[in-house]
Amino acid sequence: MASISNIVFYVLTFLSVYVQVFFLITFLENRKKIITRNGTIKLAKYPKVTVIVPCWDEEKTIYKTVRSLLDLNYPKDKLKIFLVDDGSTDGTWNAILKFSKHPNVKIFHKENGGKYTALNLGLEHVETDFLGCLDADSIADPESLIRIMSYFEKDSDVMAVAPSIVALKSKNIIQGAQRAEYDMSVYIKKMLGLMGAIHVAPGPLTIFRKKVFDDLGPYRHAHNTEDMEIAYRMQKNHYKIEQCNDAYIYTNTPGTITKLFKQRLRWIYGFINNTIDYRNIIFRKKYGNFSLFTVPSSIISIFAVSFLFGKMAYGLSSFLFSKVIEFETVGLGFVSKTNFPDLFFVDTQSPFFIIIVLYFLIVFSIILGKKMTEGKWSFSFNTFYFFLIFSVIGPFWLLKAVYNTILSRKPAWR
Amino acid sequence: MTGNPIDWKKYLIVFLFTVGLFLSASYVSNYFGDKKIDQLKLIQDKISIDILSSETQFSLLSELSCKNISDSVLSGELGELGNKLEWGQQNLGMTDTVSYLKKYYSLLQIKDYLLTKKISERCKTKSAFILYFYTTAENCSECERQGFALSALRDKYPELRVYSFDYSIDLSAVKSMLQIYKIEDTKLPALVVDEDVLTGFHSVEELETRVKESFKLQETTLINTNPSKTIKNKIFLLNA
Repeated sequence: MASISNIVFYVLTFLSVYVQVFFLITFLENRKKIITRNGTIKLAKYPKVTVIVPCWDEEKTIYKTVRSLLDLNYPKDKLKIFLVDDGSTDGTWNAILKFSKHPNVKIFHKENGGKYTALNLGLEHVETDFLGCLDADSIADPESLIRIMSYFEKDSDVMAVAPSIVALKSKNIIQGAQRAEYDMSVYIKKMLGLMGAIHVAPGPLTIFRKKVFDDLGPYRHAHNTEDMEIAYRMQKNHYKIEQCNDAYIYTNTPGTITKLFKQRLRWIYGFINNTIDYRNIIFRKKYGNFSLFTVPSSIISIFAVSFLFGKMAYGLSSFLFSKVIEFETVGLGFVSKTNFPDLFFVDTQSPFFIIIVLYFLIVFSIILGKKMTEGKWSFSFNTFYFFLIFSVIGPFWLLKAVYNTILSRKPAWR
Repeated sequence: MTGNPIDWKKYLIVFLFTVGLFLSASYVSNYFGDKKIDQLKLIQDKISIDILSSETQFSLLSELSCKNISDSVLSGELGELGNKLEWGQQNLGMTDTVSYLKKYYSLLQIKDYLLTKKISERCKTKSAFILYFYTTAENCSECERQGFALSALRDKYPELRVYSFDYSIDLSAVKSMLQIYKIEDTKLPALVVDEDVLTGFHSVEELETRVKESFKLQETTLINTNPSKTIKNKIFLLNA
């Protein structure tokens, strides 16, 4: 039994380390291409862009979101903003109405039908060559759009450009943990972008050429992760997705364990089910790194995190069980006198060092992500919170998503 | 709108790099593993010298006096070595070296037992012995509990010497002991206290009574033979 567990451990950690090394080598190969621009830039041409903001009960955040769009450093006559109220039950519609007289803004109201339906309503009215979506809980940096558009100008093959999403503020450990995770995502997305293997075109301000939707059709329900499905569909049709690391979108992150759990459950459930829907493109050479690297590595991460958690839980419970037996046998009165710290008893087996290597690579990727967004090398305490929250609670949403998939239950939005 | 060509060379390089990391981890692990084995060997050598020294000292002085037999020569490091060996067996695996060290350890325990017993009889020092037989060949939860009970007891009574033997060890000296006390593998854990064989789990309290009896017996003998030591032993009993 122990040997099977060891084999699984070595296989999963080997693959996990392989993925991290792959990112690192991609970084070293391309490090000169990755630039973080400061200040404003100029484009040769400023194509017209439409940004759709789907809102569902977002009265608290919608104002700031729209304001950030109006403050974008982009010619005002080239930017259209569609605000789509997806049947909100709070004061969202009234908040939207405040912008109705703005020349750039067009507002829509519809029955609640889910985010993808709100996006598709906007899509039907788009007349510009470029369009994007901005989630109503996010705020765009003034320079974000122009930096994104520079990628389209540089390469006419680029069909979509995703921004760097940065956690807005961290008031507690849970948000701190997510901040570190978002930093890491910036690095990972950039590497995937360089490999042509991005698997999500995130809701916060990914800009597409309109041709994508004209050719491939509108958004789909896609297990409540329409931003992932569109990326899968684009990869299947060899449409290039890039990542613009210095276009920042600040997003509100869940502040409680329950909210975080629900969000991640939806994401992982979406990942599992979209991957099942697109299973035919896995391990096919013609779909490139997306098919050979991105999707398999995400699947491995689900298994690796679950297995390592199981192993840890088993270790901890057998330790506690042994303590209970000790207590039952001798009671609390007998404290062993040999419990002084002795370096001899420090674990120095290979798995210990492998885990250290893996953790080191992950810490390094958080630091690199931070460097890409903030332009400076720094280490944050949030890294510890990240390991704590994501290794202790993460396995539960992973397992729940797997469980829900088996039972075909669909998780709620919030 | 062209698919990205796959860079197979990169996939291979990353693979070799990862293998390199794993081999390095294994190298570092072996390095520390060897260091630990060396540490075990060092302790074992020290105990071996201690025992040889006390044997020699005993032979030299036995005809003359007992007061020169110092307590320190009776190696207290046996317990520490036992703990480390047990940990080593679980964490380093039962390699040839660990198995050899374990045999050597069992042998040292037997020598220590025989010598301490001899000294105790000759010099009337207060002591009690428990021989403990357990198994690692199969899952023995009773053995685990017995181990805890004996550790607790040993901590409470420094004069008590517990010698533990793995039933499945391939060592003729241990096998002879198994024959002498007629220990069977179906009745483990087994304890030998004052020549009595006890099988199955025995609680701290139960063993404590026996150990105390053993000390009392010695005390009566001590009063008769060596009045100067009586007070010291009485104080000990009060403390106990």
